[in-house]
Amino acid sequence: MTITLNGKSITVTSPISLFTLKQQYRPEAEIMIVNGYQLHEDRLIQPDDIIHFIQKGILPPKDELESMLAARHTPQIYQLLKQSKVAIAGLGGLGSQIAMMLARTGVGHLFLVDFDIVEPSNLNRQCYAISHLGMYKTQALKSQIEQVNPFVCVTCENTYVTSENLKTLFQGYQVVCEAFDNPVCKAELVNGILEHFPDCAIVAASGMAGYESSNLIRTKRIFGNLYLCGDNVHEAKPGQGLMAPRVSICAAHQANMVIRLLLGEQEA
Amino acid sequence: MKLNGMTITLNQSCTITALLTQHHYPVQQVAVELNDKIVPKREFDTTFVTDEDTIEVVSFVGGG
Repeated sequence: MTITLNGKSITVTSPISLFTLKQQYRPEAEIMIVNGYQLHEDRLIQPDDIIHFIQKGILPPKDELESMLAARHTPQIYQLLKQSKVAIAGLGGLGSQIAMMLARTGVGHLFLVDFDIVEPSNLNRQCYAISHLGMYKTQALKSQIEQVNPFVCVTCENTYVTSENLKTLFQGYQVVCEAFDNPVCKAELVNGILEHFPDCAIVAASGMAGYESSNLIRTKRIFGNLYLCGDNVHEAKPGQGLMAPRVSICAAHQANMVIRLLLGEQEA
Repeated sequence: MKLNGMTITLNQSCTITALLTQHHYPVQQVAVELNDKIVPKREFDTTFVTDEDTIEVVSFVGGG
């Protein structure tokens, strides 16, 4: 029967158990992942099983690494996501985290857009470190993505998005994430995408400040291809700052909605 | 007319800008769909709505 082992298609003779196969191919491996789930007990191998044997502490060969990065995904989705193209407008508390989550999930092409550089007050919620201070956010994020999933193609644009340049910037993307701070810019981008790219989905965010209940943050499909994540109430203002947990929850809502859209789900 | 699913009475036709202002929406921070079609912001002053229309308004708050 045919199975996939560490990313490669092989033929094995049935009946054969996981432990026996591991002994033959990768006796030193401590981790067994079968069809997206880590197993500890032995069982018979089934036709079309997707199996990974991982040995901790060693860097696997490049042709196995990509498959291992996707080993815990829901099976079969990796190839679909690898062909996808997503743009992220704004690389702050929302955008930097959305980019990392989509990179980890294996979205094949990420387009990062932000004019700004990393400064100290960003670090309370944005996905940057002290070593990134002074760097363009696009570059800082691209270098981090390369460290977690080198198989993602990352392109960057250090620019301030306007209602004029968005028409060329976001041409050809299936999904655009709105991840700005300024509500006027949010409205401008959403309006622009809905008007000029009616087949593109826009996943926007509004209301994630403070430390109110996490349960207030939702994803809603508003109209056409507009999806809105957040509580749409708690704006950043004096006395109500932006804090990592709630911003991250909103970013995760956006990233998950992007994944849903790429995998053919239209509803929130 | 219907505004975000609620039925309201519009006694006379007005611009989208006027309707938004009347209902306390921040005009610079919204997206508007009129009868299932997006209305660009530049047309808010010149697009009129009547009592027969269906309009959806989403507004955005700052932070991200």
